Amino acid sequence: MKTDTHDLPQEKQHVHGHQTVPSDLTLRVKALESLLVEKGLVDPAALDALIDTYEHKIGPRNGARVVARAWVDPAYKERLLTDATAAIGELGYTGGQGEHMIVVANGPKLHNLVVCTLCSCYPWPVLGLPPVWYKSAPYRSRAVIDPRGVLREFGLVLPEDVEIRVWDSTAEVRYLVLPERPPDSEKLSEEELAALVTRDAMVGVAKVKLPQAGGNL
Amino acid sequence: MNGVHDMGGMHGMGPIQYERNEAVFHEPWEARVFALNRAMGAWRKWNIDAFRHTAELIPAPEYLRISYYERWLHSLIELMVKGGLVTRAEVENGKPAPGSPKATPALIASAVPGMLAKGKPASRDVQAEARFKVGQAVRARNIHPTGHTRLPRYVRGKLGTILLDHGVHVFPDTNADFLGENPQHLYSVRFAARELWGEQASSRDAVYLDVWDDYLERA
Repeated sequence: MKTDTHDLPQEKQHVHGHQTVPSDLTLRVKALESLLVEKGLVDPAALDALIDTYEHKIGPRNGARVVARAWVDPAYKERLLTDATAAIGELGYTGGQGEHMIVVANGPKLHNLVVCTLCSCYPWPVLGLPPVWYKSAPYRSRAVIDPRGVLREFGLVLPEDVEIRVWDSTAEVRYLVLPERPPDSEKLSEEELAALVTRDAMVGVAKVKLPQAGGNL
Repeated sequence: MNGVHDMGGMHGMGPIQYERNEAVFHEPWEARVFALNRAMGAWRKWNIDAFRHTAELIPAPEYLRISYYERWLHSLIELMVKGGLVTRAEVENGKPAPGSPKATPALIASAVPGMLAKGKPASRDVQAEARFKVGQAVRARNIHPTGHTRLPRYVRGKLGTILLDHGVHVFPDTNADFLGENPQHLYSVRFAARELWGEQASSRDAVYLDVWDDYLERA
């Protein structure tokens, strides 16, 4: 199901978005940080705490728990679709880049896709920081004009009778896709369901699948 | 501004380059730039709209050439200089100017979890007239501001329908230039794909954008 794009060798994948990283960036940033520390403007321990938070605590596992809860608890799903900020807050996920949340639900004849054509807006409390492809020109430029072509590049071919809604995050409202619960998953626990939910499914470039059904991105 | 950052609908940007099991940061310097931005933002010398506008002002060829966190580094330095937190000479020398006072950090480590959990809502609890109602047909104005705007070129002049009223939000165009928050209604507006892209698009599909009151006119 994967296109060639997905199977690029590691070196080539790193080229994009890092085309011309000057060798002195590490040194420049080090020098800037020590200047700011020396001026008393920055606490280096605060930097460490910020990095640790987004590397280890805030990421797509949060969003996956929201999705799994919505799948097993219809009342929660109802709250999620009417006041997403509050419903996501119930699970403890709040704050920067998630102050105004909207959750959009996929269905058999409806597929939602999230993009930020102008920069890189993304729901941090539930998905963490965005991947490079989400912030890069190819996705930003084409998601709105050719969503079906973009989804094909991700290995997702949608029938013509499925409606596609693309959400361009032009303001401070942030969007999370509630994917369809995979078929034959009735026996799975909430925790097992959460383990199946991928970042890509919550952006809308993939579906959630059971591992035996061919895996997910 | 009609900058290269306003990419919706452009061709020629190449295939999407997907990386499996992508790390949050690819290099340690990216993580430091990310964190420096957040920590220096706590000095409240700029806002998110000014931050975005500063990146948009990077000349187009450079904007496309450099990486995401290089743009952040650029914006951080520009805004710190503009905000009087550092001088360009200090950035170039990597040393504080002789005799400059030593500050106390605006953000300390113990305050990080609280700051992140709180966030910075863009909604404002003030009265503003909603010129449009849910279900109403609207047209995105055909405007071309030379400063910051969040009305992408691809919807200007196009017809849409109001889906939701998000309430009153800070207006980026003025906020980016520190000319005031000018809070006003923000709507989710549905634009049919065919209205935007013509017959080549599916008649079922649509693009939804968040659009401020000032960007809209009656259809």
